[in-house]
Amino acid sequence: MLSVQGINVFYGAIHALKDLSITVNEGEIVTLIGANGAGKSTLLKTLSGLLKPKTGSVDFLGKPIAGQSVQAIVKQGLIHCPEGRRVFANMSVEENLELGAYLQNSGSLAADFEMVYKTFPRLLERKKQLAGTLSGGEQQMLAMGRALMGHPKLLLLDEPSMGLAPLLVQDIFRIIQEVNAAGTTVLLVEQNAHQALKIAHRAYVLETGRVVLEGDAKELADSEDIKSAYLGGH
Amino acid sequence: MKRLNQLNKRFWGGIVLALIVYAVIQILLTTGIFDDVTRSTLFLICINIMLAVSLNLINGITGQFSIGHAGFMSVGAYVSAILTLNFDVPFIPALIIAGIVAALCGILIGIPTLRLNGDYLAIATLGFGEIIRIVMLNTEYVGGASGLSGIPSKSTWTIMFVFTLITIVIITNFIRSSHGRACIAIRENEIAAEAMGINTTLYKVIAFSLGALFAGMAGGLSAHTFYVINPGSFNFLKSFEILVMVVLGGLGSTAGSVVGAIVLTVLFTALQDFPEVRMILYSAILILMMIFRPKGLLGSTGISLKKFAKKEATKRDSISSESAS
Repeated sequence: MLSVQGINVFYGAIHALKDLSITVNEGEIVTLIGANGAGKSTLLKTLSGLLKPKTGSVDFLGKPIAGQSVQAIVKQGLIHCPEGRRVFANMSVEENLELGAYLQNSGSLAADFEMVYKTFPRLLERKKQLAGTLSGGEQQMLAMGRALMGHPKLLLLDEPSMGLAPLLVQDIFRIIQEVNAAGTTVLLVEQNAHQALKIAHRAYVLETGRVVLEGDAKELADSEDIKSAYLGGH
Repeated sequence: MKRLNQLNKRFWGGIVLALIVYAVIQILLTTGIFDDVTRSTLFLICINIMLAVSLNLINGITGQFSIGHAGFMSVGAYVSAILTLNFDVPFIPALIIAGIVAALCGILIGIPTLRLNGDYLAIATLGFGEIIRIVMLNTEYVGGASGLSGIPSKSTWTIMFVFTLITIVIITNFIRSSHGRACIAIRENEIAAEAMGINTTLYKVIAFSLGALFAGMAGGLSAHTFYVINPGSFNFLKSFEILVMVVLGGLGSTAGSVVGAIVLTVLFTALQDFPEVRMILYSAILILMMIFRPKGLLGSTGISLKKFAKKEATKRDSISSESAS
């Protein structure tokens, strides 16, 4: 579904992604784990078009998308749910979701609302409330619901568990699995490697802009290297 | 659907209210109860409403901090004045052309500068306003430092009113449309807006040029009300004056901009009788207003009656206290 071949991305003079290649197959949850500054978020931003790769190719559904505008990429079904929630604080929950369907003119708005409210019942309770007054967990749900309103074929999630209480983290990961089971492919960036490896099918480990390990999520979770470096095991 | 009907009701209610205001003032003017001074204050209020409402679209709704509005105003003023003075163009077409030229300037300035954020954009737009002023100052054709005089006084209360109403109606409808939503989304969070597939540059330029269009028309109206224009009347203080109206009324609220424009124009005219303390009083009143109503006179709700705004505010407060507990 998604194939990234040897991309190089720069922030000014800083070489953020170095010859990086990953693939995501339809129906999978793939997770990217790695320390701060490894390039995880940068990779997501490059995929959704917020950053442009200097060299290398990004193919989505068999078509090259590197260098296209964000709007064009969103239209093709690759939707990025950015880090730090970024809800529209002075708009109601409902209006936030409406904006998620901004590029949709299929007329399925009512059905989409129903789907999101079914996935996140909390949002239905709060639909008239201003997004800025929601709790952190609810804002994360809203950010994910908003992304789902755009009918993603591939959903990019950037640190959905950041700053949430452990119980809510469980909830969010359960919902990611549900969304995936309903037919959305997910590329998940996480600091919480332990949880991410639990729900993912495959995983990539990034270090300073390079893929240093890749493979089956279960195997990686059991590997001694990962345990000592990212899972805090001894 | 219900919401749409409510909006329609509010829209037509507003139009009826506006027409009543128009009729009453028209009667007061023709019977001579309003003298010439009151008349020119009224015209100034209309011009300032147009400027404030259009600047609010850029600063309040789209969240792009621009302080070059006097620049667009001066483009409109000069274009319309030259058209009526030198080319015998009728007044209304001249005003419309003035607006369009200002809007084109908006696009021209917008495309490079709207990549900038916050303070940087403010400085760039401030610079643009000054560039326009200095170009006018050094162009012999438009009269240089002495400017243009003898501009035919063609504005009437009816023209003033119609243009002000058109400005408010078009901008309010734009804000309520999906395009307006896109602009608000940019203000709320630019990265998220972009990730939703909103073309942020396009909408910023649209808001910028639409704001410039009405500022240009306001400039044209002002030139044909006060006979004389010169570069000095469009300096950065004028831009700040408009900005103060918007902020005082409530950033992001069209009704607030209207109220802000009325209050400040009346205040400024009333204080003209006390030239020694005028600026001191003016500043003191602004400071007091900002202390006691930091979100502006009407807060940031949309066009609405004051009562409605209050109800909304208490509702919001109760919600936030609820979620805090």
